[in-house]
Order: sequence, then C-alpha cells, then structure tokens
Amino acid sequence: MIYNYYPGCTLSTKAKQLDMAARRCAEVLGFPLVELPEWQCCGAVYPMAPDAIAERLSAVRALVAARENGGVLVTLCSACYHVIKRVNHDMATNAEIRQKVNNYLQLEEPYAGETRVLHYLEVLRDEIGWEKLAQLVSHPLKERRVGAYYGCLLLRPGAVLALDDVESPTVMEAFIKALGAEPVIYSMRNECCGGYLALKDKAQCEKLVSDIKNNAASCGAQELVTACPLCAYNLTANGAAGSLPTRYFTELLAEALGVAESEGGAE
Amino acid sequence: MAVDEKQLTEDILRLAATDVRRCMQCGRCSANCPEGFKMDLLPHRVMWDLNSGHASELLEADAPWQCLSCMACEERCPRGVSPARVMEALRLLQIRQQGNNKLPAESVEHYPSDMPQQLLVAAFRKYNK
Repeated sequence: MIYNYYPGCTLSTKAKQLDMAARRCAEVLGFPLVELPEWQCCGAVYPMAPDAIAERLSAVRALVAARENGGVLVTLCSACYHVIKRVNHDMATNAEIRQKVNNYLQLEEPYAGETRVLHYLEVLRDEIGWEKLAQLVSHPLKERRVGAYYGCLLLRPGAVLALDDVESPTVMEAFIKALGAEPVIYSMRNECCGGYLALKDKAQCEKLVSDIKNNAASCGAQELVTACPLCAYNLTANGAAGSLPTRYFTELLAEALGVAESEGGAE
Repeated sequence: MAVDEKQLTEDILRLAATDVRRCMQCGRCSANCPEGFKMDLLPHRVMWDLNSGHASELLEADAPWQCLSCMACEERCPRGVSPARVMEALRLLQIRQQGNNKLPAESVEHYPSDMPQQLLVAAFRKYNK
C-alpha cells in the first residue's frame, strides 16, 4: 500500500518536530510516507456553509492526487485531518457540492470521495497494531505519566471523522501504553483549547488552557501529547509556566523507537 | 431600514444547513459550550430566536464571534441540530459584505514568532473574507 502523505502548512515550518519524527518512525515501522508532490494549505478550518465551494478545492485537489496514486491519504495534523476528511465526506454524500466542485476542477474523472483519509494514529492502530508497536519499542518510556490531549478537531463530528469514540476515546491512550508509558485519563482531554481565538482574545485561551492543564495535572499527568500544532501552541503558551510540557505524539514515538535524533522537543 | 425577518431567517437556515426546528430548548449546547460564559446570547437562545422570528437580533449578537467551532454543541445535541453551523452562518452573513471584516490583519499588533500558520489561517478565515 502507498501511504500518500499530506503534511499541511504548519508541519513544514513551525511544527517540523511533528513531521520529521513521524516520517522517520514510519520508515522504521514499514509504512514510508510519500509526500504528495504538490499540495496546498487545506484552509485550516472546515467550511461549514454548503455554498463555500472555493474553500473546499485545495482539500479536493489533495484527495484527487491521492486517488491517482493508490487511494490512501495520511495526515498528521488534526486540522488537516478534520478538513480533508470532512470535505471528502461532502464529496461522497452531497450531490450539489460534488457537482459544483467537479464543474470547477474539470477532472478527467470526476471525484466522488473515493480516497480513504487516514490519520497517522489510525495507521498505527489499524495497520501496525499496538502489540507489534510495543514489540518494536526499544526505549520504553518507563514511569512516565502521559495525558493525551485530543482537543476538538481530531474527534468531532464523530459521525464523519469516526476516528474513535468521541466522548471516551482510547486511541491515544493505547498508543501511550504501547510506548511503555502510563496513560492518564482526565475529563477535559477532548475539550477545546481556545483554538484560533488566541489571536483575538489571549486571556480567554489562558483560561481554557489553565482549566485543561489543571484537570490533567490533578489526575496525575506529568506531560501532555497532542497531534495538533494549534493545540500544542496554545497549551505551551498558556497555563502556569513550565507546568505540563506538551509534545507531539510522534516525538514520543521517535523517542521510544530510538530514532530520536538531535532535534529538540516542542517545548 | 426594516429587516425582512422571514428572508433573513431563510438566509441563515440556507447557510447553516441544519434543521433548527428540531431544537427542543434543552440547553445542552449552552452547557457544553466552552465559550458560553462569554456569550451575550447562549447557543440555545440563538436557536430560539431563529425559531421565533427574531433573526435580526442575532446579527447584533457577539456570540458568533466567541464561537470556537469546536463542535461540542453539534456532537452533544440530542436532536441532531448544529448550533455551530448557525454561528458560522451568522458570521458569513456579516463578513461576506464588503468592508465588514472582524479582524483586519492590520488590527493585529503583535504575532508571537512561534505562532503556527494553522492558527493564523484559521483566525483570518473565521473573522474575515
């Protein structure tokens, strides 16, 4: 199987740690990521209005490119996953959006949602498996209590994204466990960090993140992991300084697989 | 200028593409909203106004500009309604009018250097056209 890879705008720049660790680990785990030769920013937010056609085009272009090369598209960033998977669902289920997008793109073969969009975590869970991952861990993250921070984009809406149970997800906890660390479950792991509000109302993000971090810390977490560069930024820039370092899940993966190199963490 | 409430309601519903009439005013959306305590109109009140012919009030509300599009309201609505989509419709009806951007780039004085592109793209897409 070819794992076409869509890095997205932030993974090429501010979230290189998320990207580099993921690529190296994928090689080690036997599913090398093949970056799409050309891709555009997905737009970062899903265009909810059904008449927002232009905003859907970049996602569809990536989906079409993946269709022409095996039909699987892997993403790492929660926002890319959210936007591309939802647009793909629109293309498969909404005839009006499908027609308008296809009229615009003038493809040889119209696109109707054929590509399978996978998050990297799904590949680990469904293609590699936690047991095999655990066997490949050479540097188990012993005695580390790690809280998974899902945020909102990775899980909701559950009916479309279908990555995991939206209210009681397990995928990141199973991942943490496979790496030899102890997953810490806390109630605010799927509540919003404030997202794009950081640009308009930083004080509000400060409050939301403090609540999340306090909740995680009170449940015993010593560090947090996330798949989203925006969550990572908000969780690092807010809340008590130095409390609960936040890292990308792929950084922990690289550490456990012993493929971490000199690059520093996302702290 | 008198607002045609009926036309405005239709415009909002067309852009929102969610069945607001199914709302039973249980308030679960408002209880789940991480921004609820900052909103001048809670999500269930927005649904109520829309269903009772007071759509023009919604264009005055600050609530859509507090919404984070985190989808908690939509996910947890027992009636399958999406207040998040209504908030999006209310934003779009305003920012699609020329000169009505809510967060012009020149109004942002400081961008921390480590702020990810994802955040900037998301914010400018939500508040501007």
